Amino acid sequence: MIARWLADPVHFAIAAIYGILIFASLVTYVLCRMRPGEATQELKKRVTSWWWMITVFTIAILTARAVSTVFLGFVAFLALKEYLSLIPTRRVDRAILIWMYLAIPVQFYLAHEGMYGLSLVFIPVWMFLFLPACITIGGHTEGFLRAVGTLSWGLMITVFSLSHTALLLKFGVNHGIGAGALLFLVALTQFNDVAQFTTGKLLGRHKIIPRVSPKKTWEGFIGGLVFTTGAAALVGPVLTPMTPEWSAVAGFIIAVSGFLGDVTISACKRDLGVKDASQLIPGHGGILDRVDSLIYSAPVFFHFLNYFFGNWPANPL
Amino acid sequence: MIGFLRCVFFVLIVRPVLTVILGAQVRGRELLPAQGPAIIVANHNSHLDTLTIMAMYPLRMLKSLRPVAAMDYFMRSRALAWFVTNIMGVIPVNRGGMNRDLLMRCGEALDAGDILIVFPEGSRGEPEKLSIFKKGVGHLAKARPLTPVYPLFMHGLGKALPKDSYVLVPFNCDVVVGEAFGWAGDMDDFMASLQERMAALASQIHMAPWE
Repeated sequence: MIARWLADPVHFAIAAIYGILIFASLVTYVLCRMRPGEATQELKKRVTSWWWMITVFTIAILTARAVSTVFLGFVAFLALKEYLSLIPTRRVDRAILIWMYLAIPVQFYLAHEGMYGLSLVFIPVWMFLFLPACITIGGHTEGFLRAVGTLSWGLMITVFSLSHTALLLKFGVNHGIGAGALLFLVALTQFNDVAQFTTGKLLGRHKIIPRVSPKKTWEGFIGGLVFTTGAAALVGPVLTPMTPEWSAVAGFIIAVSGFLGDVTISACKRDLGVKDASQLIPGHGGILDRVDSLIYSAPVFFHFLNYFFGNWPANPL
Repeated sequence: MIGFLRCVFFVLIVRPVLTVILGAQVRGRELLPAQGPAIIVANHNSHLDTLTIMAMYPLRMLKSLRPVAAMDYFMRSRALAWFVTNIMGVIPVNRGGMNRDLLMRCGEALDAGDILIVFPEGSRGEPEKLSIFKKGVGHLAKARPLTPVYPLFMHGLGKALPKDSYVLVPFNCDVVVGEAFGWAGDMDDFMASLQERMAALASQIHMAPWE
């Protein structure tokens, strides 16, 4: 029975992820024994949080797709809430914030139904025009530009970007791979973060973007790139319709875009004067700190996959 | 029966709303008084303040939590008044300060081992701005000099549900609990110490500007 369950590529990949997790926990356990201290305690917290996050994500993607989409929408809600709590806001814009929150169910519904065109224009066109118009009708011009700028960008990076994960689920259904493409994206994006962090810690010498992220190094970036490209070539053919070569390209793209997402959110936090977006996930920070890479890699990978492996443009999704 | 309704209200409504919509992040939760008598002194920005503090406690403690609140506001309807006095366990205050009668009722609650929750700013005031504390809490501390006083600072709830608003907008909120202190013999010292401790708690968190 277990063999039959594992025959499904998504199940097999999840089992493999848990294998890695168990290995990471063992390594952490040994490290905590060998070098007890603050650094290893922090590592332990991180790994424990990984158990929680991976389990919640696993349950979410193994259930009905509607449930998975609601879960992804909830993550977007938490990300938007965290963003809106961090930035300076105006009291008069309370109503605008409600419209922004209401955009979440609409956007994820459009993605769930696979309405390719509408899901891609709803926020960048309709909400983009609607929010400033609402603010204008309210008549509060002081701080208008800042409000429009911060609110529009926030809606884009949280709700719009992350809704591409729901589009990937729909893509999976249309191409008979279930949650495979989404799992590929999320697993590799997170794998890249970890690989980058670990290689950076072990070999890091040359800072890559010191004014934004002083701990990020070229060695870490390249390490992430190499490992993620390699891992992608291995798992891509199992989880997605891509060949090993195409999967490697996808891994490369995920590593680069993930890095860009990470440092972009870092720049945003740096401007706001905070280190972590919140303390929601012990050892990791907030939701934004965890999905920062995904904010860039999700749209980039979705459009890559859909363009080269979908029935585009005849049947755009 | 009332105790049961109170638990249902907190389990089904207050906790889910506070966790999902507000996601309170508490610092110094371990400092909260586990049992009375104790006085929690908090800043006041929103109707949600009292609920947030009460929701940090296990259900069995709810009956010992006694918010001290101005009743004129809640007496507008009988249902609201019933709810506030029975479910929330409020000790009613007449606005205009601490009088002997109120001091007696608060003292009785403390003697019974309850935890009082007081908001010495007087009203919710300008959201997210700390106003000068009224001296009522000082008189209470003076009347029960052995009772520990816990300063507690909240941020974000006034953005989620400010005065004169009926729509809850999701915002993350912060709660910081401080070390207990107590009456040391002088009113001005006590009030200054309270104000100082509150400011120190406030400085621990990132507060996004809110104009």
